This record gives sequence, structure tokens and C-alpha cells, in this order.
Amino acid sequence: MTMLGLRGVQKSYAGNRVLHGVDLDVPAGNVVALLGASGCGKTTLLRLIAGFEPAEAGRIVLGDRVLEAPGVHVPAERRQIGYVPQEGTLFPHLTVRDNIGFGLTRAERRGSRVHEMLQLTGLTGLEHRYPHQISGGQQQRTALARALAPGPGLVLLDEPFAALDQALRRSVCADVVALLHATGATAILVTHDPQEAFVSADLIAVMLRGEIAQLADPMTLYRWPADAEIARLTGATIFLPATHQDGFAETVLGRVRVQADLPRLGVGTILLRPEQIVLAAPGTGVACRRLSSVFRGDHSMTTVLAGDTELEIPLPGWEQPGELLHLQIRGDAMFFEDVQGRG
Amino acid sequence: MPPLWLAVAILIPFALVAVPIAYVAVNAIEAGPSGILRDLIRPYTLNLLVNTLVLAVSVTILAGVIGTAAAWCTERCDLPGRRWWRLATSLPLAMPAYVSSFAWSSLGPAFQEMRGAILILTLYSVPLVYLPICAALRSLDPSFEDVARSLGHGRWRSFWRVVLPQISPALGGAALLVASHMLAEFGALSFLRVETFTTAIFEKYTGEFNNSAAALLAGVLMLICLPVAFGEAAFRKRRRFSRIPRGSARAVSLIPLGRLKPLVVFGFVTLTLLAFFVPLATLGFWLWDGTSTGQGIGRVVPALLNSVGYALPGAVVTTLLAVPLVVATTQFRGRLAAWSDRLPYLVHGLPGITVALAAVAVAITWVPAIYQTVLLVMLVYAVLYLPLAQSAVRASAELVPRELEDVARSLGKPPFMAFVLATLPNLAPGIGAALALVALQLMRELTAMLLLAPAGVVTLSTEFWSYTSDRAYGAAAPFAAALVLISGVPVYIFTMKTLSSR
Repeated sequence: MTMLGLRGVQKSYAGNRVLHGVDLDVPAGNVVALLGASGCGKTTLLRLIAGFEPAEAGRIVLGDRVLEAPGVHVPAERRQIGYVPQEGTLFPHLTVRDNIGFGLTRAERRGSRVHEMLQLTGLTGLEHRYPHQISGGQQQRTALARALAPGPGLVLLDEPFAALDQALRRSVCADVVALLHATGATAILVTHDPQEAFVSADLIAVMLRGEIAQLADPMTLYRWPADAEIARLTGATIFLPATHQDGFAETVLGRVRVQADLPRLGVGTILLRPEQIVLAAPGTGVACRRLSSVFRGDHSMTTVLAGDTELEIPLPGWEQPGELLHLQIRGDAMFFEDVQGRG
Repeated sequence: MPPLWLAVAILIPFALVAVPIAYVAVNAIEAGPSGILRDLIRPYTLNLLVNTLVLAVSVTILAGVIGTAAAWCTERCDLPGRRWWRLATSLPLAMPAYVSSFAWSSLGPAFQEMRGAILILTLYSVPLVYLPICAALRSLDPSFEDVARSLGHGRWRSFWRVVLPQISPALGGAALLVASHMLAEFGALSFLRVETFTTAIFEKYTGEFNNSAAALLAGVLMLICLPVAFGEAAFRKRRRFSRIPRGSARAVSLIPLGRLKPLVVFGFVTLTLLAFFVPLATLGFWLWDGTSTGQGIGRVVPALLNSVGYALPGAVVTTLLAVPLVVATTQFRGRLAAWSDRLPYLVHGLPGITVALAAVAVAITWVPAIYQTVLLVMLVYAVLYLPLAQSAVRASAELVPRELEDVARSLGKPPFMAFVLATLPNLAPGIGAALALVALQLMRELTAMLLLAPAGVVTLSTEFWSYTSDRAYGAAAPFAAALVLISGVPVYIFTMKTLSSR
């Protein structure tokens, strides 16, 4: 069942078109990550869904309610859409309990709802503390509890972990995802970090220049990105020139099976993820000359010369590869007929 | 621990600030309980108290409401021409309160007495609330309002429940600042014929030559001012700066005023007209068309030179005394540093007239050599404007790392040299700002100058005062015009600094 539907949503700021007709469907109960580089319009899209600003064109429908359409703009306070901004933004003059109860009616605040949320988020015992008296992770959970307390149809999270340090980020992210799943909430999470999107989302919507470029589950997106730009946005890439024939591509590292609806014959480029290039036993694979390598702990970033192509590939760090390496490609690759700007 | 030279340098301003307090205390002890009761428990004193409090409370509330509303409109609403309204709302700062009071009161008795004083001083005080609230609104993360709205609260409720509580430290501090200005205001109230403690002290001292009665009243005024000043300090400590998230410097979405727009614009037009352009036009009228216009015009230049002649050394002395205090606060910890940090609030609680009165009395009794000299004026100036200099120097001192001096000492410099070579050069911008700000404030200073000016010395403000007291409005006008021009400079700089971020 579709929870949130967007059709042709447009928005400009000061004459610059930021969103060029966004279409997006978010299924009920899913966590969807909105992944994109800064400036691609993802925060703007979130603000339009929340209703902080009106769209210029297009429709936004939540369940069976029309929130945004020509001549219709339901203001933010009547949308029942939860919102967790960057850094949580807890009200500094209110305690944890009052923050969580902020969106509830007086009767609801007296009831058990706040207590339930405290328990659910593991904040019991901290209800009388002020935001500056609790840790960053606790602040983030309070912000989520506050957004979830009124039982919104949808929760929007705008880069909620950007302010946390690296170590905390993973655990808080896991906590938040677990909470969202536990409450069965539908959520949209804005992020520029592909790792964060992979671990937290059921579906990832990649945004490029004000449009949704691809909507897919994390695995599909990583292995079969729709184009080179999406590939680079979702992880490290290696592009190799290739000639394609009958489902196989010929490259300097040998033959590899390719995916895609392809013309039977063509010249182009294949996309590999770095971990697909591995050391082969001597005598097999393709012999390459090692030019240099940089030790990085769990791997060494090694520059090799394959034919006349220079490649940078991560190889296991404890091996001391000689001057000559034997490499082979593991798994299938994505073939692009014509790529502008090789990675 | 601060080094010895610093400790000594700090003790001078402390001693100076202690003089008026000691003077008031000694007077009270000499009068004894029965004398205090006889002098103070009278309908006259009660009347002064009521007038002083009615004025301070009314002006504070009115200026607080108008200033906050104006700040909200120019920072958060789609008011047309917001840039210009920001500047226009700050303009009245360029008009010393006694100048706009003179302009209004010359229009007729309707603008005098308590009613007139509340109107005129409210108009004068609005920018004192407006500017800090603008700054507070701008440093407030707009996501707070977004979150409140996503939780079902409308614009208006979000303002009351989220914005107001968060700007309340700024608002509280600004309101108490207005209140302490009103408690200490003298010139304006004198023109408007309102009897408060300040005008009564002046009258007792200059009219009746009754020193001890003046000192007792000054003591009462100080007792009212000190809690206000410490209240302001408490608010300042509570000020929390909520950061605006990095990397999301988006413009605040403006609230549409809708059908209220013409009404709000009309309000701003009225405010600007009343607060600035009516007094300015009145001044212009007297400049061209008063019966006494042209009198004393030859003394404008000498008065201006005298004003400058007092302001510049006054600024130097004040800044010299302020620098050690700032260094102690920013570079060291401990009791001395904590006291240095609190000294400005104590000074804020000392009305100018109390300090001036104490200086005169102490000089006559103990050091007659400095009575009626420039030095005495400088010392009083130094006490009154110490906080201004301190805050200006502090702005640069906070950017100087403590380690600079440690490095200098590890390279073989003794403590004082380490300070002079490593820290002092980096304080230059703050010292420059302090000199300029204090000098420009001293140019328009009236109260202390009236009590302390050596015989025969005239400045812009004293000439203005004496012509106005004779109702020679035309003759007073050029002096007032010069004062407005001079005040315009720091107002311009200050306003631009406060309003330029974003």
C-alpha cells in the first residue's frame, strides 16, 4: 500500500528551479532514504512534504488525504507529519518529558503516552533532565520520541546523525532504525552518506539535480545503479573500457558477464566495485605491473598497470604483492554504452 | 594567579568604583537612623519614588512590547523594505534622550510631565530592545518553529511556546537595561519637568546646596538601581546561544502578513516619524526660525572643541583602566578575575548623578587640588564608561589564546613584557573600538559635565543645557544638531554590526 505519493512536485527559490517535478511513492511501513549530494534539493523536498513551504506545482498525497495540489496547501501544523531536524533541535527550555509531550493535547500529556515513549526510547529516568544535561545520542532519541508521540502518519528525518561523532553515529542510527521498525512508522530519512542509507533504509531514493534518479532497495542500487553518476554516489567505483558481445564484455582484465538490456554488440564501459577485483593464483587471471601501493591497515591501495590502463584497487593489506600481480574479476558487471566522465 | 602588575592595575578601577558607594554609605551613617527617617519618610520622597517607578516600569513595558513586535516583523515576516525598516527603527539611538525631550517639550505642554515623558522615553528606548531581540531571533535556529508546527502548533502558538521562551533571556536583559537607563536618566526628565530621584538630587545639590539630603536620595536611587543591574547580569548569564546547524544556511521562510500588512507598515511609519523625524523636524524649525536663532552661534565651534578635548583623554583614561580588567577576566581564573568580570554590573547600578555628586563631595573634602580640574572629570568618566570600554576590549581579548603569553615567557620574557609583546598587540582592534565608542559617548555626556565642569568651560551639552533652561530654543538648536550628528556615527557602526550578520 502506498503511504505517501508525490507527482510532479516543483519548487524554485529566487528564480532557480530546485525541484524539477519529483515523483516518489513511499510504501507504508517502509523507511526510505533520500540520498543525494548537498544542493540536490533533498532538504527542500523534505520541507515541502512537511508543509513548511508550499509547492509551486504537483500533488502530494498522504494515505487518502490530499496535502498539496493546485489550490490546496495543508499547513504544516495540520498534516500530522513528524519532523526531526538536523541536531535534533530539542527545545532547550523544556525537560525531556515536556519536549516529548509538546505535540500532545493536555489530556494526552496527562495520560500514559509520554511514559510509553520514554520506555520505548529507553529514556526512562531522564524525563526531568534538560536537553543540555543528556548525551548527544539521548538527545537524538528524545527528538525522535517527540516526533513519534502524537502518532504521525509519517516521520521525516533530516540528516539526523550529521551532528554526532563517527563512533556514536552507527549506534544511534541502529537505535533509530530499530525504533522506527518497532513502531511500524513510515519514514523518510535524508542523508548524503551511502553507508547510512544502506544500513537504515528499506528503499533508497537517489536524488540528482532536483529529480529522483532511481528508487531501489540497497542491494540493487549498489550492484545495478542506473547510471555512472548514481554509481559514484553510492560507493567507490572502477570503470573499465569494454567491448560487449552477447552478454559478455571484453576488458583488459579479461572476460566478464554483464547485466542490462543491451544491444547485441557495442563499445562502452563496465562498472565494477573495487572489491570485485581480486588476486588470482599465479598462472591464472591477467598479469599486471604494480606501480605503487599505500598501506591502509586492513588493505593496501595499490596502483597497477593493466595493459595501458592505470587502476587503483584495494588489496588485502597483509600480502606483500610482488612486481607482477595476477588479477581477475569476480561476479557480474554493469555495462554502460556511453559514459561521460569516467570515474 | 595574575601577576603582580596586573593585580595592582586592577585595584585602581575597583578603588574608583568604591568611592561613590563609600560616600553614600558614610553619609547614611553620619545621618544616623533618625536622620535618615526624618529626611526620607516624607510625602515628598514617596512622590519621587512613585514617579521614578511609574516612569521606569511604563517605559520598560511599552518599549519591550514595541521593540519585540518590531523585531519580529523585520526578522520573520514578509514586511516590504525590511532592510530600511531595520535602519529606521534603530535611528532614534542617534538622538540623545535629552535632545528629543527638548524637541518634543518645545512643541507644547501636552508633551511634558509624566505622560510626555513616558511617550518620549519609550520612543527613545525602543531600539535598546529592538536590536538585541533582532540578534536573538537571528541566532535562533528556525527549525524550532518547524518542529513546533510539525507537532500541530500554529504560527502564533509556536511564537508563544517556543520562540518567546528562548528569546526571553535577551528580552529580560534588554528590559532591565531600559529600566536602569530610566532610573538614571536626568537631562530628559529635567526638560520634561518630571520630578524623579535624579532631578531631585540635582535640585537639592545645585539649588538648595543641601549635600547630605542629596546624598541620601542618591543612596536610595542606588539601592533601586543595583538589583536591576544584577538582574541584568543574571539574564546575561542565562543567555544560551543555540547554534544554527552548519551547512544548512537556508533563508528563513517569511511569515506572510496578509491583510495585516498595511497596518504593520503604518505602525512602522508612525514609529519612525514619532521617534526620529518629528524631533528632527522640530530641531530644524528652531535652527531656522526661533526668536533666539543665531544667538551664541559663535560658541558652537569652541564648545565642540572643548567637547572633543574632554572626550578624547576621557576615552584614553577609561580604556587604560579597562584593559587590565579584561585581561584578568579572559586570561586568568580565580577570585580577582571573577570580580573583574562582575565590576561592570556594579557600575551599571551607579547612576551618573550619584557618581558625580560623590566625586564633587570627596574632592572638596579630601583632595581639593583636583576639584574643578579636568582630572576629576576624567576619573568620573572612567567610572561611568568602564563597562562600555570593557565590553569592547573583551571582544578581541576573547580571541587571544592564553598560550601566547606562555610561549613568550618560555622564550625568556618576564610577565609584564610577555603581556606587552604577546597579548597587547592582539588587543589593538578592541582597544581602538573602545576608544572610539567611549569618546563618542563622552561627547554627548551631560549629567557629570553639569556638576563637574571647571568654571568657564563650555561643551556642546552644557551650552545646550543652559540655553534650553533659558527657553532660548533657537540658540540651543545648533548645539543639539551637532550632538545628533556626532551620535549618528556610533549608532551607524553599532547598528550595522548588529544587523549585518546574514
